[in-house]
Amino acid sequence: MAEFTLRLRRYDPESGEAPYWEEHTIELEPHRSVLEGILQAKNRFDGSIGIRCSCRAAICGSCGVKINGQPDLACHTHLGRAKKRSRDGVIEVEPMGNMPVIKDLIVDMEAVHWKKIRRVTPWLIAKQPVPEREYIVPRESMVDVTQSMACIQCGACVSDCLSMEVDPEFIGPAALAKAYRFVGDPRDDQTFERLQDLAEDPHGIYDCTHCFQCISACPKGVAPMSQIMRLRRRAGNDFHIEDRNNGERHERAFVSLVKQYGLLNEAELLPRSYGGDSPLAKFKPSFAGEAANSLPVIAKGLLRRKVRPAAVLKPHKLARPDRDQIKRIYDEVEGREARAEFNIYISGKDEDR
Amino acid sequence: MSKVHPVRSHSVAAAGGINAAIAIDDDWTEHAYDTVKGSDFLGDQDAIEIMCSEAPGEAMHLEHIGVTFHRNEKGELDLRAFGGASKKRTAYVADITGQAILHVLYEQLMRHHLTVDRYEEWFATSLIVDDEGHCAGAVARDIRSGTMEIFNAKSVILANGGNGQCYKPTTNALICTGDGIAQAYRIGCPIMDMEMVQYHPTTLAENGFLITEGARGEGAHLLNSEGERFMEKYAPNKMELASRDIVSRAEQTEINEGRGVGADGQGIYLDITVVPKKRVLESLREIVNIGRDFAGTDITRDPIMIRPGQHYIMGGVKTDVDGQTPISGLYAAGEVACVSVHGGNRLGANSLLDTLIFGRRSGEHAAQRGREMAMPQAPTSRLREDEELIGTVLDRPREGRRISEIKEELGTTMNEYVAVYREEEGLIKAHEVVHRLKEEAAKAYVDDRGTVFNQDVLGALELGYMLDGAEMTIVSAIDRKESRGAQFRLDYPERLDEEWLKHINVTRAGDGEPGLSYSEVTITKWQPEVRKY
Repeated sequence: MAEFTLRLRRYDPESGEAPYWEEHTIELEPHRSVLEGILQAKNRFDGSIGIRCSCRAAICGSCGVKINGQPDLACHTHLGRAKKRSRDGVIEVEPMGNMPVIKDLIVDMEAVHWKKIRRVTPWLIAKQPVPEREYIVPRESMVDVTQSMACIQCGACVSDCLSMEVDPEFIGPAALAKAYRFVGDPRDDQTFERLQDLAEDPHGIYDCTHCFQCISACPKGVAPMSQIMRLRRRAGNDFHIEDRNNGERHERAFVSLVKQYGLLNEAELLPRSYGGDSPLAKFKPSFAGEAANSLPVIAKGLLRRKVRPAAVLKPHKLARPDRDQIKRIYDEVEGREARAEFNIYISGKDEDR
Repeated sequence: MSKVHPVRSHSVAAAGGINAAIAIDDDWTEHAYDTVKGSDFLGDQDAIEIMCSEAPGEAMHLEHIGVTFHRNEKGELDLRAFGGASKKRTAYVADITGQAILHVLYEQLMRHHLTVDRYEEWFATSLIVDDEGHCAGAVARDIRSGTMEIFNAKSVILANGGNGQCYKPTTNALICTGDGIAQAYRIGCPIMDMEMVQYHPTTLAENGFLITEGARGEGAHLLNSEGERFMEKYAPNKMELASRDIVSRAEQTEINEGRGVGADGQGIYLDITVVPKKRVLESLREIVNIGRDFAGTDITRDPIMIRPGQHYIMGGVKTDVDGQTPISGLYAAGEVACVSVHGGNRLGANSLLDTLIFGRRSGEHAAQRGREMAMPQAPTSRLREDEELIGTVLDRPREGRRISEIKEELGTTMNEYVAVYREEEGLIKAHEVVHRLKEEAAKAYVDDRGTVFNQDVLGALELGYMLDGAEMTIVSAIDRKESRGAQFRLDYPERLDEEWLKHINVTRAGDGEPGLSYSEVTITKWQPEVRKY
């Protein structure tokens, strides 16, 4: 047995008071969960502490909270580890972010998370005719979508999504991972329509900034950002969907610039995203029109010295041998017959079988 | 209507799979026989025949609406071995089958949102009976706002699960408090087979979490402190894949005879290292996580310590094969119900099946019935009574015991005296404890006096449901003076078909005490025989 102090964020919507911190000291072994700690405080000292919880074993997805500022399931975090990671030896527990708080540690999942889930048409639109027995589909495809099927809808990724903080309309990591679950499912009849919808939506797949927060937040290894990237690869590489948000062209320009120079040439990035994937892009008439909309972004880039005007004429690049190395990576990846997608359900080696 | 968001429901924890005789060399009658034998011949064979014959169609339906069942190399549904089954017939999604099915069914609810209203995080407090004795709806509380309302209904289908929280430890979630069992009991509905409480053979020794039977289905071994695969002695043919009651009892015998493992000798080793690592990572992912996160064990390298633990109640609200209870207008399906397809012992991967088949049948029957009748008028008195009850709980002085203390004592008492092995003396002791706890619960106080998300006051109601459920289990276990399925009486160690091949029904008598009666077991094809695995 060891003693742990929990600092819980309390909020009573009926009191008219602002949220406040409250400390409780509990006794449990260090490998017990933060949820068990909170339940001990609730059972022994104050039954009014509000937290959703049910299974205690990281499968029902009820107890998403922030522990020392990081989103996780309370039942999935050891007290000992949480204490070690705390600022001052006190384990801080507060409600998840990006969602309104209802009471104490309970947030309004319906207003944000579930609304976004419903945005992606979250059900199978099955290919017709429906077979008498099962659909015959490749074994790998079902293992592939099982990773996004493993999502327990806890909201941890939504809590810490930086894009959503800036754009609350962003469909977000959980809902897009759910979307992949159908896009990756060979039984679904609307693969193209789903991808086009998510690519064209200004708050869709190209609204993700690639920050990895959702991957580190997810307690189940769903890796929502990886699912978003899979959606992009399906939309761009497989279906060649050129979206009005310029996401696909931007990505293509990014890839070819790195291939050409060995590193990113920021001054060329916008012209090529708009005018087409060529050094002459900036002289095309279509560039001027689209770039005009981006003037604030260009101005900011110049002000913050992210882009130097001189670089447009004389791009920076890696030395020749380093560029050759980069090119070899490209040749290797582009030379493969199929894309290799990482999946937690396929991580054993063949010889282990 | 659900007291938690539907995807938090405990079906999410069903790991291993769902049984259906879909293989070319399989037949539903074999599935039915395995189920009858698993039930120790207490299951009603007409209901079992319906469940097993409709199983393949149900599995295909689930596949068609989107469940991501694992495939074999040909792209067909893959099947894994499970306990008590004569063939491989368990379809699965890694070891998150229940989660996959539950989430897909919720997808269908979202899809049909224009025709199906959902009441998420609403807590049903009581069922309502009209003057003619029909069930005419329910009273429920919106957990978020604290307001209470009457729901008028032509039919009510209970689908709110078992009462594993009567035990501590249990694999069951905190929400499994047997609300439906107690609510039906309180309006006079008979509750059947309540003595039949399943102990799962592999729950984590550390904290009682479930380790799926799929692990043994994939080939894992059970070892005692001498490193011996002891199931050889108890079930030489099926070994680790004998039915759950038999494996749990074998483990408990090994532990009682001093061959347990761990510091207190109360554990058994489950050795998953004999399963190829790639297969473990692909199909037992959740167990890898649980081992790592909750026991500090890498199951691909080391055996993990387990023990038998409370898992499932075979008994429940008595229904017919269409989910109808003896109270007209009231239906029940899933763990809350007792058709009975599980009898004395449920086979692994038959619970999702039972829930789905009889859930569908209940829904279809209730829909048909609804077309032929007018909406009954539910009396409003029940709403006032429930509001008053909650008001009384909120107003109680802060003296007496805390609800959590009473719940804790209930759980440990049940786990001590109403477990794998039972005898009269212990059962009577448990009954006395439950009587006392009922009196204490009537005076227990709550801290939360608010209306928004007052989980405290709902906990007081749940405690009442649990105490009713526990009492039904105890009186039935005392009454059944034989050993069958999950009920093993040290003082009556034999199965006695002549006297006890019958169901025990508990009905609330006028004085509020449980009254016992009996009903026949339906036998169609399979006469009782000696049960060996």
